[in-house]
Amino acid sequence: MRDEPGHPPRIRRGWDCRRRRAGDRLLPAPGTKEKQPFFPNAYLRITPDDKITVVVARSEMGQGVRTALPMILAEELEADWKQIEIEQAGASTFFGDQTTGGSASVRTCWDPMRRAGATAREMLLSAAALTWDVPRSACAAQTGGVTHPASGRRLSYGDLVNRASTLPIPADVPLKQSKDYKIVGQRLRRLDSAAKVEGKAVFGIDHRLPGMKYAVLARCPVIAGKASGFDDKESRKVAGVSHVGKIGDSAVVVVADRVWGAIEGRRVLDVTWDEGPNKDLNTAAVMASLKQGAAKKGANLYSAGEPTKVSGRRVSAEYWLPFMAHAPMEPGNCTADYRGTACELWAPTQVPQDCRDSVATALGLDPDRVKVNVTLMGGGFGRRLEHDYAVEAALVSKAIRAPVKVLWTREDDMRFSTYRPASLHQLSAALDGSGFPAGLTHRIISPSISGQKGQPVPNGVDPDLPDEAGPVYGIANYLIEYVMTETPVPLGWMRSVYALQAGFALESFMDELAVAAGKDPFEYRLHLLAKDQDLVYFSTTWKTARMRGVLQLAAERAGWDKPLPAGRYRGIACFGCFSSYVAEVVEITMENDQPRVHRVVAAFDCGQVVNPGILEQQMEGGIIYALANALRAKITIEKGRVVQGNFDDYAPLRMEEMPAVEVYAVPSQEAPTGIGEPPVPPLAPALCNAIYAATKKRIRTLPILNS
Amino acid sequence: MADITLRINGSEKKVTVPPATPLLWVLRETLGLTGTKFGCGAGLCGACTVHVDGNAIRSCSIPLTQVAGKSVTTIEGLSASAGLAADQLHILQAAWIAEDVPQCGYCQTGQIMSAAALLKKNPHPTDEHITQAMNGNLCRCGTYERIRKAIHRAADAADSGVKLSSAEFPEQAVGGGAR
Repeated sequence: MRDEPGHPPRIRRGWDCRRRRAGDRLLPAPGTKEKQPFFPNAYLRITPDDKITVVVARSEMGQGVRTALPMILAEELEADWKQIEIEQAGASTFFGDQTTGGSASVRTCWDPMRRAGATAREMLLSAAALTWDVPRSACAAQTGGVTHPASGRRLSYGDLVNRASTLPIPADVPLKQSKDYKIVGQRLRRLDSAAKVEGKAVFGIDHRLPGMKYAVLARCPVIAGKASGFDDKESRKVAGVSHVGKIGDSAVVVVADRVWGAIEGRRVLDVTWDEGPNKDLNTAAVMASLKQGAAKKGANLYSAGEPTKVSGRRVSAEYWLPFMAHAPMEPGNCTADYRGTACELWAPTQVPQDCRDSVATALGLDPDRVKVNVTLMGGGFGRRLEHDYAVEAALVSKAIRAPVKVLWTREDDMRFSTYRPASLHQLSAALDGSGFPAGLTHRIISPSISGQKGQPVPNGVDPDLPDEAGPVYGIANYLIEYVMTETPVPLGWMRSVYALQAGFALESFMDELAVAAGKDPFEYRLHLLAKDQDLVYFSTTWKTARMRGVLQLAAERAGWDKPLPAGRYRGIACFGCFSSYVAEVVEITMENDQPRVHRVVAAFDCGQVVNPGILEQQMEGGIIYALANALRAKITIEKGRVVQGNFDDYAPLRMEEMPAVEVYAVPSQEAPTGIGEPPVPPLAPALCNAIYAATKKRIRTLPILNS
Repeated sequence: MADITLRINGSEKKVTVPPATPLLWVLRETLGLTGTKFGCGAGLCGACTVHVDGNAIRSCSIPLTQVAGKSVTTIEGLSASAGLAADQLHILQAAWIAEDVPQCGYCQTGQIMSAAALLKKNPHPTDEHITQAMNGNLCRCGTYERIRKAIHRAADAADSGVKLSSAEFPEQAVGGGAR
């Protein structure tokens, strides 16, 4: 049995989740009599009634894994897609790291899902050949059954499960070639749409248990402050309030029969806060710390030639980015049921194993005694890579000895989030006689998300940067550096992580260079990508040919060579992250000194496309998310407190602001790469480059509407 | 505590709750109708949209006392409110599937309720009408343009008298375990 992903995803975790534990069985043991299902591996079981259940060991937050991953398995299995049902895996030891992040689900599940399907197919073929006593080579697997064309006989997979279950599991199996794909690459409908439009889909917030209580927490409003005491006299008067007590050092929980009771109980709760060391912290001080950090020597991320020794016309610029909040539509929540020696959770989480292990630590239980069920998520965007909600729910359930749902209000979600790090980028280039960069340096000055969480930062390189801050162009003398700074503001991984910042800075700067050279920004980039080069950046080899491909495709579809109507302007940018290549063209008008985005044309190279419909959704979603980030997203700190609280002062995009979004994929049979995050980084620079084209004003600080 | 009677999806329901409780929490907790979502608690996002006497309202921001005696329709009762059988999708729900609107799906029930109120008043909305009616419903997955297309599709389909059930989406009808 092979159940470890072929390419381990990056590890975001402080502990080894791969250890196996006795008793952790997702599926019945082989030979279990009742239904006699056939399950050659942990991803799959087939029952005699021809039901094929595919276990999805990643979390669904809208990105389509509950459809895309089964498609990969069904392809190799030669299943009839109509037979497929899915089962969501909770925290397990069968599937390696189950973290859903880093645009890695298809990347890391591609090989294991294919092998899982192919292994079953080969065993079912053997079972049929034995049943008919014919050579295996005379049989064919197709559409959920095995046929013997010479005799016209057919047995469905359901017919074959008993025999197949007795056969040895082959160690090595042939995999299909992409030209033979029937399911992968098809625009199949998502399996989860009907439940979602009918209101039947169960998100974390919807899960209910008999006798369940509801809880909200009053958390210290000042970063890293503590609760030194509380008076719950008024809270106890609120109907249904049954418990008020401290949870950890910095929070007081109010538990009630109903959410509204808990919210009302918290409103009248009087907590004395020890505001601690950050009570005077503000945004200006954070930004100043970045500037101070810039004086430090950085860690080398990428280096070619000797950029500091190149002479030529010098162009330099600094770019600033703020803290941002994920703000998924479903606020934080988790349901927990503590039973003395065990705890079960229903968590909308991107990290079921982290939830299991951190809850076990918090409760003093062995991880085997913590069961984590993964629910649907109303968006994640990285916020649910944390496990704070799970630990809170478990501690509250333990405190009250009853099942409980901990709910975060929108204000809780906004003010006690983990934020995209604020960062400073210093870029400098020496231009040759033709105006192209003979040398380029890019210094990224930012606190480290992993570093703040106490995870390893080997050689001063934040472990996410290898996915997100690579070179785009084959410039002969090129240096990318990272300077790690510190901040007390809690940091988290937000959609595209450092790539939004790195891409904004680099691709805004390339536009500045094109302007300095007096050249068209598309032609300028094309020239720098003209030569086929392999740019080796940590474990990724960025190919200028593939970047050139998306740049040309975006420009062609946008009609870059054709004039725009009067008053319309456009900008272009390209960037790669999570092994995918994206170029975007943004068309705007300016109205009252503000940009109005009318059209975004995006071209994408993510290798083999598993489901073009889902790819388009992710591209559209990523672009709109990026547009909201670019225009308005900004979390500020005053007196140690996060200022923004709800969708009025941290405003996502609304329908009236929507551009038309067009998405084009470069056809490819390369192994699939990420699609959830790569659409994000090119948007802000393409937009700011369009604003420059319109106004000759260069925006070097995000968000645009605050600069 | 107060005893309040209201009409939910066609049935009389008497609930006993603190009178200031927003309708949202009564729907979700007391009545178990969890298709209506909590997003912001301040009438800013529309995830909690239901119909009260046919009008789209934000159930997070209306105390239960204000809907006493009124008729409330939630996503669970939308098909029935249009005279359809329980296994039939409302034409908007079908259009939502046809346009592959949902990603995370959390806001979509509220979106559909806003759209249904719009179509009831204005069966042939223009793009501007749709923007006006839908602008209060937030979506972080960026599905707005598909929502716009789905509303146009539903309006067009309603014209031709199409009734849709989930069986008309064969690829969709499978995968019952996907919940």
